[in-house]
Amino acid sequence: MSENKTVRFMITRQDTMDSAPYEEEFVLPYRPNMNVISALMEIQRNPVNAKGEKTTPISWDMNCLEEVCGACSMVINGKPRQACTALVDKLEQPIRLAPMSTFPVVRDLQIDRERMFDSMKRIKAWIPIDGTYELGPGPRMPERKRQWAYELSKCMTCGVCLEACPNVNSKSDFIGPAFISLVRLFNAHPTGSMNRDERLNALMGDGGLQDCGNSQNCVQACPKGIPLTTSIAAMNRAATVQSFRNFFGSDHQVD
Amino acid sequence: MADNREFFYRRLHSLLGVIPVGLFLTQHLVVNHFATKGEEAFNRAAGVMEGLPFRYLLETFVIFLPLLFHAIYGLYIAFTAKNNVGRFGHFRNVMFFLQRVSGVITLVFVAWHVWETRIQAALGAEVDFHMMADILSNPLMVGFYIVGIVSTVFHFANGLWSFSVSWGITISPRSQRIMTYITMVVFVALSVVGIRAILAFV
Ligand code: HEM
Ligand code: SF4
Ligand code: FES
Repeated sequence: MSENKTVRFMITRQDTMDSAPYEEEFVLPYRPNMNVISALMEIQRNPVNAKGEKTTPISWDMNCLEEVCGACSMVINGKPRQACTALVDKLEQPIRLAPMSTFPVVRDLQIDRERMFDSMKRIKAWIPIDGTYELGPGPRMPERKRQWAYELSKCMTCGVCLEACPNVNSKSDFIGPAFISLVRLFNAHPTGSMNRDERLNALMGDGGLQDCGNSQNCVQACPKGIPLTTSIAAMNRAATVQSFRNFFGSDHQVD
Repeated sequence: MADNREFFYRRLHSLLGVIPVGLFLTQHLVVNHFATKGEEAFNRAAGVMEGLPFRYLLETFVIFLPLLFHAIYGLYIAFTAKNNVGRFGHFRNVMFFLQRVSGVITLVFVAWHVWETRIQAALGAEVDFHMMADILSNPLMVGFYIVGIVSTVFHFANGLWSFSVSWGITISPRSQRIMTYITMVVFVALSVVGIRAILAFV
């Protein structure tokens, strides 16, 4: 019985960066515990579509295969998520795969997530510790705060929250939820907070956190369960204070 | 502040929605509610507002300009969103969508309402109980006014919720949930006040 079981896939494909997308259907023999990546590998081994025609193998991105790198994000049955943890047994068929529309398509399901790297640079998502001489150990972080910050640090820049957000689209410059939360993470770090005003001001620039309209899709969609909307509200408070400091002047830019 | 211009406009938009436009809306509905106590009570209450000193100055800077800024910028904000309620049917995403829909309905309603009352007044008509009773003698208009008022009040009440997130007043999920309850009570209460006033003219 189970030998004849099949899995149907409807895949949105695109041959080059600027060619038109089209759909192609594939029918694969079912194997227990299949996930979307293993199905794509199956197609790669034998690139024949549902009509029995030979076709090109599908292009996609992957790396860790355990939902920590974020590279394999795509839209699966309408929901942006990681392909490596999308189990075929739990998906309704035909399983529809499409690239995340927020990002430029390179080919098929492979997208260019460069804008997120640019966003990280913009908000200074790092802690500057380099100097011309040995600076010694930094201030200690209270353990419970470290545990709390660890949750925020789980972000893998997968882009799912950007895809879910109604305000991240081609008509808007909105930076997206992940980077607002990253500013909170780096500003919470005892050494990172020495540049907190720089990150906040970068976050308040055009396309910054003010473009959030509170649909709260991001917190529902994030595969890492990061409290994005709490971070957004917290950064809104910090930005309110920062804007007053900028306007009226203050002796407390970093404390 | 030069490179934070958008931040400033967004926060101004948010602030103006509550102060003064939201406050004016509340006051306006409360004054109209005097219509339930009869024609004379309404005309007296409206007369007090009309008799305020510096009336045109107040109307321009407390109502007209703030509303105009909020409406125009709000329209721009509403149309830069790519709504996805079909894909993400969570409560807050639905509210996000309704905030934009109700904003547009409110704009149509308020424009019509200002035309019918303030502009006509400027053209010589007398704004009083009779004017409203006249307008509302048409059952279609009663429907239009009720939809308009409910939409405006929803937009204001739900706007209070997002205002408190935008300014960082409610941060934790629990505080945001409690604010949802509070703002929905505001929505129901102001809707009752508004609809009762309308029905008093019918
Ligand atoms: C009686 C008139 C109005 C009142 C009392 C009002 C009030 C408010 C309030 C309090 C907010 C919340 C601000 C925030 O999120 O921080 C808001 C948001 C909004 N308003 Fe209005 N508003 C009115 C008319 C309009 C009109 C005519 C439009 C035009 C379409 C509009 C469009 C919007 C939009 C799009 C938002 C969401 C902004 C965002 O998410 O950042 N509003 N409004
Ligand atoms: S916040 Fe969550 S959804 Fe957004 S990029 Fe990071 S891991 Fe992905
Ligand atoms: S391959 Fe790394 S998250 Fe899927």
